[in-house]
This record gives sequence, C-alpha cells and structure tokens, in this order.
Amino acid sequence: MSRVISYIKTFTLWELLKGLSITQRNFFRKSITLEYPDEKTPQSPRFRGLHALRRYPNGEERCIACKLCEAVCPALAITIESDVSQDGTRRTTRYDIDLFKCIYCGFCEEACPVDAIVETRLHEYHMEAPGENIMTKDKLLAVGDKYDAMISADKAADAKYR
Amino acid sequence: MLEFLANLIPTFIWDIWNSLPPLVQYLTIVTWKILFVTIGVILIVAFSTYFERKVIGSMQARIGPNRVGPLGLGQPFADVIKLLIKEVVVPSQSNKFLFVIAPLLTLIPALAAWAVIPLNDWYVIADINAGLLYVLALTSVGVYGVILAGWATNSKYAFLGAMRSAAQIVSYEIAMGFALVGILMAAGSLNIGDIVRAQAGGLSNWFLFPLLPLFLVYWISGVAETNRAPFDVAEGESEIVAGYHVEYSGVAFAIFFLAEYANMVLISTLTAIFFLGGWASPFEGLAFLSSLASIPVVGLLVVGGLHWLFIKMAFFMYTFFWLRATFPRYRYDQIMRLGWKVFIPVTIIWIVVEGVMAWFEVGPWAGLTG
Repeated sequence: MSRVISYIKTFTLWELLKGLSITQRNFFRKSITLEYPDEKTPQSPRFRGLHALRRYPNGEERCIACKLCEAVCPALAITIESDVSQDGTRRTTRYDIDLFKCIYCGFCEEACPVDAIVETRLHEYHMEAPGENIMTKDKLLAVGDKYDAMISADKAADAKYR
Repeated sequence: MLEFLANLIPTFIWDIWNSLPPLVQYLTIVTWKILFVTIGVILIVAFSTYFERKVIGSMQARIGPNRVGPLGLGQPFADVIKLLIKEVVVPSQSNKFLFVIAPLLTLIPALAAWAVIPLNDWYVIADINAGLLYVLALTSVGVYGVILAGWATNSKYAFLGAMRSAAQIVSYEIAMGFALVGILMAAGSLNIGDIVRAQAGGLSNWFLFPLLPLFLVYWISGVAETNRAPFDVAEGESEIVAGYHVEYSGVAFAIFFLAEYANMVLISTLTAIFFLGGWASPFEGLAFLSSLASIPVVGLLVVGGLHWLFIKMAFFMYTFFWLRATFPRYRYDQIMRLGWKVFIPVTIIWIVVEGVMAWFEVGPWAGLTG
C-alpha cells in the first residue's frame, strides 16, 4: 500500500509541487533587504567601533597613562609611553592603537578608570595607505573631539546598566 | 490595420517596389522578418536575465538588481557593456580555432530554429512542412558547441562538463523526440503552423490535457536540454568550477550566456506552441466573449495573436526561474536514471494509450486526428 502511495506521489510530482509552492509563497512575501548606503540597521549604544580618546569639558585629557588598557588588551594592539607633563601630572606621550591587531572586544573601555578610551559606533572607516591603520594619540583625540556629543549620549544611555 | 499602414506609404514607393524583380522582393521581406525576430529574441533574452534575478531575488526575500536605471531595468545593458569591454583570454594550450568558433556554434542553432516558428497566423519566416524535424535537428546541434568548447579549452573541468552535457542531451533528446511523436499523432502534421491550428477553438482543444504526461516529459526534458538548474551538471560550479565555459571570458562568454537564454526562450516558445495552442487565445469559442472582440484592449484577450504566444512563453520562462530557485542540482546518475528509466517508458506508454484512446474515440482523445 505504501508502495502504491509512493508511486502515486512520484507520478503526480507531489513533493516537487510542494517545494514549488513554498518558493511561490515566498515570492509574494515582502523582501527584507536593507539598501545599505540609503538605509541602515539600528545600532546599540554599546556598539564597539572605531576608538576615541575623550577630554574633560575644560579641555583636559582624561587619560592618566595608567596603562590598564595596554595590560588588558588581548591582542596587544595598544602601545603607551608616558612622561611627566609640564603641570606635574602623568600624561601619555604616545598612545597608539593598531586597528589591524585590534579585535574590538571593548576590554580597554571596560578597564579605563577615567572613561578616557572608548569605542564609538563609527564602523564606516577605511585606510588608503600603509601605516594608516595605526591610530595615534592625535587621531584618537580628534575622533573624540569630533564625536563628543554622540559619545556622551551613548555613555549616558548605557550608564544605568553599569 | 495592415491596409491602413499600406495606404500611408506614398504611391511612388509602391511603384519602385513593384518594379523590383520578385526574387529581390522576396529576399527583402525575408531579411526584414529575420531581423525583427532576431532583435525580438535578443531583447527578450536581455530582459529575461534581469527578470531571472528579480524573480529569484523575490523568492529569497531579496530585492534583486535595482541600481542601474529605473527599477534596475538598465542592468542587462550594463552587463553587456561590461562583458564587451573585457579581455577575451585564449588559453595557450587550447585549439584556438575551435575555442573561438564554439560559442557561435551554440548560439546560431538557437537563433536559426526561429525560422520555422509561427508567431501568429501569418508571421513565419519559412513555412516548411518538416518544421518539427528542423526544430528537433537544430536543438540537438547546439550541444556540439558545448562539446567543442569543452574539448578545445584543453582543461579537465571543461572536458568533464562537456562530457556530462553530451551524455545528458543524448539521453533527453530521445524522451523529447518521443513526446513530439505524441504531438504528431494528435496534430497529423509536421508543419508547426498546422500543429497550432489543430489546437484552435479554445482551452479544451489544447494538447495539454490529452497529452499531459507528454507535456511534463517534454517540459522537463527541455529544462535538461538547456542545461538549466536543476539539470545544470554541465556547469555545476560546486564540482567543476564552471564546466565547459570555465576558460571563457568577455565577449565569448557573453555569447555562451546569450545562447543559453536564447535556448530557454526557444524551449518555452516550443512548449507553448506544442501543448498550449501557440498564438491561440484560451477564450476562443466562448460565444458570450465574441462580442468583445471589437473593443480595443479587452478585444485582444479574445483574439489570438502574438501577445498570447508571448504570455505563454513568459509563463514558461518564469517556470524556468521558479525551478532554479526551488530545486537543488540533480546528482549525475539520477539524471541518467530519470532520462532513461522514467521518461522514455512514460512517453512510450502514453503514445500507446493515446493511440488506443483516439482509435476508440474515448473522452478528450476523441477529437484527435490520430
């Protein structure tokens, strides 16, 4: 009996028609494509993208060269050299992040006692020449200055969970 | 309509035309007919590549091409321009003459077969009585291009693809031929125009219903003949890279691509002609609709013509894309099994059934000339 049924199914193309009906139903379904440069997926305030160094509102650098980020970095992407600055505080003379080494884990941000190093939600950046993958202190501070409002808003949105 | 157009042309042009020798007149008309059909086919091919990507995209919840021109309709032209300006690389160990001639050998039969295909009651380039044999012959010749391409490339992948293609087409040609024997029995003629006229008189007279198994066999064999998914082992990119056209690039590749789609359009049109009444309207013979025939747009639905052939062809083209979006590729031995152990017995049995039924005038077979 089951043999007969299987023969009937074979010759009426039953299973094939079932498969075709599935694709046909999906044909009328709305497509889920986001047309990327025009439309973008929503991002979390915790998004870990390009790094930035922040300043206090009076313009003073937050970073105190404690080197906790350098120590915690699992990819050894951060290089810090420090010295005593003119006002007698300890400051970095060099703060490099190699974007090729970085795995964007966010540990540096977690480790920082003064919220100096952060990962912003910027992910659309590129390099055009060898060496541009090294984010120097100046470049990091420039990113922080440029996107200060966005970084502060993201920090505030996430503050109650920390 | 035609007389109206003829009256628009000034009389002195008619005088010049009538003074030409009949042979020149004939050749001029045929050349124009060929030109119209060829350009039409190539345009349909161009836009079917666009619609294939749109249809498969929709079935996979994607959008498909939409960047070039409105709705992406410029995509086929962008593709063609890209392929035209690319370099044609000829492998150093290949047979150069055959390597270059092979794409043409696949394209020419696919276009030449249109010579005997009637687009409506009077538009056919060559109204020959052995039309069906001619079509059968030309669709088989197309495989030589594939085999030569695979051999001339001098690459293992290309050669494997060519051998697969050859074996597959030989197997399915037989089932296809037998399915057409059923058509011959029903229509009583090898002239393709007469085959369509035998199906005139509405939906119930189409060969689709009395010859349903032959229709399925013919259509599936047609998909196999054009090396389309799920029978695309000849190019099977997961196993043999791209099969017979692995080393082709630029214009040569574009011609293979054109030939594949031209073959799809051809098979779709032939299936529409053999089983779905070609240019005939499905509403023919319905008395209450005949009064609508004089109304401009609605009337077209009732009257048969090129638009009905186009609609039927477009449906089968859609089915090509639909199959490709649905089914995974057949294993090679399963293809052979399907061709030899399923299709050929099914067609032979149905030809016998059709003969017996037509002889005793049973049910839907009664009207067949047998």
